[in-house]
Amino acid sequence: MLAFVIRRLGVMLVTALVLTFVVFFLTNLPPNLEKLARSEGSVRMTDAAVVSWLDEHGHSGSVFFRYAEWLGAAPGWVITDEKGVTRGRCIGQRDDPALAPKYCGIFQGNWGISTVFKKTVLFSLGKSMAATGWLMLAVMLVMVPVALVIGVLAGMREGSRTDRVLSTFSIATSATPEYVSGVILVVLLASPATGLSPVLAEWGWLSGKTLFMGTATSAMDNITFWNFGLPVATIALYGVGYIARMTRASMTEVMTQQYIRTARLKGVGFRQVVLRHALRNAMIAPFTVIMLQFPYLLNGVVIVETLFNYKGFGWMLVTAAGNNDIEMLLGASVVAVIFVLVTQLISDIGYVFLNPRIRLG
Amino acid sequence: MSFLTPESGWADMIEPLSWAAIFGMMAKQFWPVWVALVVTFVLSFRFKRRLGLYGKLFDSPVGIIGFALVMFWVFTALFANMIMTFDPLAQLGSVKNPLPGAVVPEGAEVQYKWFLLGGDHLARDVFSRMVMGARQVLIIAPAATTFAFLVGITLGLPAGYIGGRLDTALSFLANLVLAFPVILLFYLLVTPEIRNTGIPVALAAILFLIPIAFFAILFQSRFHTNPKKRNLYVGITLVLGLWAYSGLAFNADPLGVWGMEPNLLNVFVSVVFVNAPTVFRIVRGIVMDIKSRDYVAAGQTRGEKAWYIMLWEILPNARGPLIVDYCLRIGYTTILLGTLGFFGLGVTPESPDWGSTINAGRKLLSMVPHPAVVPALALMSLVLGLNLLADGLREESLKD
Repeated sequence: MLAFVIRRLGVMLVTALVLTFVVFFLTNLPPNLEKLARSEGSVRMTDAAVVSWLDEHGHSGSVFFRYAEWLGAAPGWVITDEKGVTRGRCIGQRDDPALAPKYCGIFQGNWGISTVFKKTVLFSLGKSMAATGWLMLAVMLVMVPVALVIGVLAGMREGSRTDRVLSTFSIATSATPEYVSGVILVVLLASPATGLSPVLAEWGWLSGKTLFMGTATSAMDNITFWNFGLPVATIALYGVGYIARMTRASMTEVMTQQYIRTARLKGVGFRQVVLRHALRNAMIAPFTVIMLQFPYLLNGVVIVETLFNYKGFGWMLVTAAGNNDIEMLLGASVVAVIFVLVTQLISDIGYVFLNPRIRLG
Repeated sequence: MSFLTPESGWADMIEPLSWAAIFGMMAKQFWPVWVALVVTFVLSFRFKRRLGLYGKLFDSPVGIIGFALVMFWVFTALFANMIMTFDPLAQLGSVKNPLPGAVVPEGAEVQYKWFLLGGDHLARDVFSRMVMGARQVLIIAPAATTFAFLVGITLGLPAGYIGGRLDTALSFLANLVLAFPVILLFYLLVTPEIRNTGIPVALAAILFLIPIAFFAILFQSRFHTNPKKRNLYVGITLVLGLWAYSGLAFNADPLGVWGMEPNLLNVFVSVVFVNAPTVFRIVRGIVMDIKSRDYVAAGQTRGEKAWYIMLWEILPNARGPLIVDYCLRIGYTTILLGTLGFFGLGVTPESPDWGSTINAGRKLLSMVPHPAVVPALALMSLVLGLNLLADGLREESLKD
């Protein structure tokens, strides 16, 4: 077990290094750097001025070496210009060049400064990840129980009418991506002109204009049911279908096992059979699915945060990408990649704990 | 917003349509689709016992509904020119977001009297854009999925069958791509700047070569004992393949038949790139299961070559799950393309594809919902159809 985890961690580290290098390479392509020079320096720079600006700010030279600098595995660049002022990657505005550290990359905790948010990357990341954390937590609290209940109810009597109805529902939700369900939910529940809100307002049941709020910006400070309901429902709806279908498949398989028939023939009631005998074995497969669902959740988070203007990780990723904020994008990709890899690891380890028949070599 | 005062004559006399009338007029507009659907269904039911898995699909109600939904959009895409009421890019009048059923102001190129499903913020007809969007989606999504499958199969077969170092290396690469958050990858790959660096063309050059290799090996392994036939089939593959390859990957087709806009190539390559590793993993898993069967051992004792066993013994026996996944994956690709459109990546702003239309419509969503809701429902029904179709196929293919 320990050997397995260590080997997996090793592979994870290599994967993370390769992926961050790919992101570094793609964000530091010449056209992107040129854009950076023009936005940070001046828009009307000549091509020669762009080249010298990039030289002076440590963006020239081998991409491998710059990647190592960013990681903190190579010493940061230091340049003394003709006025005798020494600047460098690790030297702050007012710092004494002599006292500055030699290495400063993410290993040393220096993730750089965001050009869009004008704050350190670590600070912006922390803030936006906290916001997204609440969103994900709420989604999980809604999505997992709903999906499991639907899956178990549908799978315990295969082919029954309950099964047909619930299966159709789960297929329909997994055919509805977030940008579709979000649009439909807003039109139905958060529009003063259409859907439910005008009717309720006419009856005098609403204090505001709409039932739910169409944006979740106010949820940054104060989460309420009315400003957080729609984003959470939008993400959860897409995931519910998939998890429910997996749970149903696993449940129908368990219900055909010999020991279930034995329990039935012994005279145990149907409810007892489902709750005591079937449920635990049927939960092994869905656990893996739920863990592997996290990366897709990330996708949904980006769409929903853009749609509902909730300033979390996804919104920040879109803003950084749209504004060529290289350091921010790199930081965000490190977080996203590690997040995906850790969920994969947890899913593998959890699988072993739940299913004692599996041994990891 | 001011109310429209029709400048003259005929617009005065024509009333806006009621919802019942709108649906009636739309049903009329879709007549080629209804005819094609009826013909397809009558023929399929008539000969369903002779049509293999496709015929069996018509035994499952879920499959029938799914197939009908999918074919509805396929025929819509085919007959888009006959169905749409306006040019999807034409701006009709100056009123923003006309309501469904509103009367079109008189103008030069007006050939229809109403906005059936309203207009968008540039007064373009939502109905026509939805119809034309179907064509865009149904060209790119199946094509990209097919490419992803060919790439996944060509790499997954040897990884599963031969195993060893090759498997370790290919699986590591596949897991690498899978660990990448899709949206981030799209934001990095599908930008206008990246076109100048030549990375999409390089990726396309590698990815598009694999299908040609697939078919060449397919025929070579089967007919290598019969050089005449082999030369014919492999020759045709190479000529057609390399001709298309020069056009699609490098935009250098000497005859100008094959070609892809740089924007589209970018999107296409990224979608194939994201989908192929998943297909690879599925194929690899199935192959590892099948290769322990007796008929594979029999083939090996007969002295058959590895590629012959992979392509002509294993692959046909893996078709069931692959066909099901193919349907599901077209739906998933449609969703991905919509996501790209939603973030405004890789599409021209006036493009009528569903994702970017939803994106354009969402800004005024709470006041005028129709520009966003119409393409949203269209996309949902297509993906739902594909999912139901996959479900029906799975059910029927498990029966025997």
